[in-house]
Amino acid sequence: MSTAIGGMDAHLAQANVAEPEGEAAAEIQGRSPWQLAWGRLRQDRVAVGSAIVIFLVVLLAILAPLVAHLVGHGPGEQFPFTALNTYGLPVGPSRAFLFGADDLGRDVLVRVVYGARISLIAGVVASGLAVLVGGIVGMVAGYFGTVVDTALSRFMDVILSFPLLLFAIALVSIVGPSLTVTIAVIAFFSWAVVGRIIRGQTLSLREKEFVEAARSLGASDMRIMFVDILPNLVAPLIVYATLLIPASIVFEATLSFLGLGVVPPTPTWGNMLSDAESYYKVAWWFIIFPGGALLITTLAFNLLGDSVRDALDPRYARLFKA
Amino acid sequence: MTAASAQSDATPDSDVLVRVQGVVKHFPIRTGLLRRVVGRVHAVDGVSLEVKRGETLGIVGETGCGKSTLARCVARLYDLTGGTVVFDGKDISRLSRRGMRPLRKGIQMIFQDPIGSLNPRRRIGSIIGDPFAIHRISRGEQRKRQVQELMRLVGLNPEHYNRFPAEFSGGQRQRIGVARALALRPKLIIADEPVSALDVSIQAQILNLLTDLQGEFGLTYIFIAHDLSVVRHVSDRIAVMYLGKIVEVATVAELYARPRHPYTNALLSAVPVPDPDHADQRERIILVGDVPSPINPPSGCRFHPRCPKAQNLCTEVDPELEVKKDDGAEHLAACHFPVEVGEQLSRARAGIAQPDRETATDVSRETVQGAIRPQDRS
Repeated sequence: MSTAIGGMDAHLAQANVAEPEGEAAAEIQGRSPWQLAWGRLRQDRVAVGSAIVIFLVVLLAILAPLVAHLVGHGPGEQFPFTALNTYGLPVGPSRAFLFGADDLGRDVLVRVVYGARISLIAGVVASGLAVLVGGIVGMVAGYFGTVVDTALSRFMDVILSFPLLLFAIALVSIVGPSLTVTIAVIAFFSWAVVGRIIRGQTLSLREKEFVEAARSLGASDMRIMFVDILPNLVAPLIVYATLLIPASIVFEATLSFLGLGVVPPTPTWGNMLSDAESYYKVAWWFIIFPGGALLITTLAFNLLGDSVRDALDPRYARLFKA
Repeated sequence: MTAASAQSDATPDSDVLVRVQGVVKHFPIRTGLLRRVVGRVHAVDGVSLEVKRGETLGIVGETGCGKSTLARCVARLYDLTGGTVVFDGKDISRLSRRGMRPLRKGIQMIFQDPIGSLNPRRRIGSIIGDPFAIHRISRGEQRKRQVQELMRLVGLNPEHYNRFPAEFSGGQRQRIGVARALALRPKLIIADEPVSALDVSIQAQILNLLTDLQGEFGLTYIFIAHDLSVVRHVSDRIAVMYLGKIVEVATVAELYARPRHPYTNALLSAVPVPDPDHADQRERIILVGDVPSPINPPSGCRFHPRCPKAQNLCTEVDPELEVKKDDGAEHLAACHFPVEVGEQLSRARAGIAQPDRETATDVSRETVQGAIRPQDRS
């Protein structure tokens, strides 16, 4: 072949002149779309701020036992003599109880920090499951179309039309409340939303010429789905994962608030709010701290999700000097 | 059909790489909740042709005439509604996707859109390496060497192996598409408007590249385009399509010297002439009306509603694609009243009732001559 190529040298030389390379040979590695998105994200102050807040919440959740050790109060420990006053009402924020105490004489600070563990686990695991299931179902429905699409789309419609709280109450009354059940319920009601969006994206992607090119090369359906289509779906999947996390955290809190989530005495923000319901007039700290933690965490995730979406959207790139 | 069999008598089987016989592709139109079929788009409606080894067959026709559909039927990206495609002596028209897979090595496509045909999220080393990965030919360092060899072959810098499609110009991206199509050393390359999306200056580069590669690897091309000058430049033979059918096939010299079908005449007369003095003298044939809908194509000859020579026979009988009087065996036309040499088609009057045809032809002829001339001069 090398002799044959010799005959093309003239042509190649001409081509190289026509399309000159201004770059130095050292800078060969191109910047991937991910690297460009990462660059845009790092310039976004809201994103950086949200990421820092999320990082701190995660750090506190991981270091919860250390916090408990430093303060000297366990998450389930009751201090009836120091945390409750003579009328049996919880004491407010003080040096001993920085965030005050709850109705059973427990340290609100320690419980909020431990509650972050449940919230984050429920939020991340449930969103992860939802994105995984929704992504696969949506991709299969969109790629294969016809009967498969009709069946899966109708199934997603059914799930989306379920009265979710009623369903959750019924389910929990049968199998009993636990963290696993809570996560399963959240994931079950969230994946269909992801599935629909991914299905729509796949529908447009499969008509692209690069899919046709893969088919003309003899690629299998599996290969086309996972090698050609999936990389183009990662951006919406990341965006939906970051936006699903706060929704799942709130959903978990709702279920715990209703006594359908994680069982007391394990502290979660939801069941702390539920306990605080009857005391908030006399003990504002009881509702402000878990509520505030919930608000700050979900807000940070939502803002980060928005920023990630903007960073991954190429049309948005023009607004920045990337 | 008679035409195709007559042609197959003339050329021995071993010379023919692709034989397309009576290929039909209809797309169902579905509406409503039950997805009931309410109609069919007759995209390709009974096409027969042969492609000889080592030649370039150009297929021309206006947008929507079914040339891309025909190409995808030959490449078996679509299932055929009817007819057969024989590739390299093997009937591939009823093969399943799995059965088709080993044969894919022999047939490759180059696509029109240099942006859409490359996955934006993959590095081009991985894109060009796809054929090697799919057919499990090589991996790792060996695959990388092969890919870089291909990149060199099509005039790309092999060091750009790790770049993304977005970092290349349109012409370079089309070279990536050519490299990918070339990877498996195919016998047939189907190029679906490979240069339509490129600047004119880049078009020539890609066309020259394709011509050079053909000489080097003994490739056979099916070259689809709507630009007649591009097709003329690269093709050995040309097939003209109109509304899902082939109306004329001939060698380039024959087709340009003696076009027999009125539609071919009209197409050729629409090619701009660079010399304005010459352009004045040339006859321009302006067709009336639009291309009819392929959902409900006209009876008889599909061209009859727009044909300046149409007679009653044309509305009733679909003409066969056959050799006309005084033509060589290579020149086929599907017309009851083929155009003779020296005949002035713009003076022809159809023998069937066609309201406002006469005025339309005269008016458009005058306005065109009046309007075009100053522009040509500038």
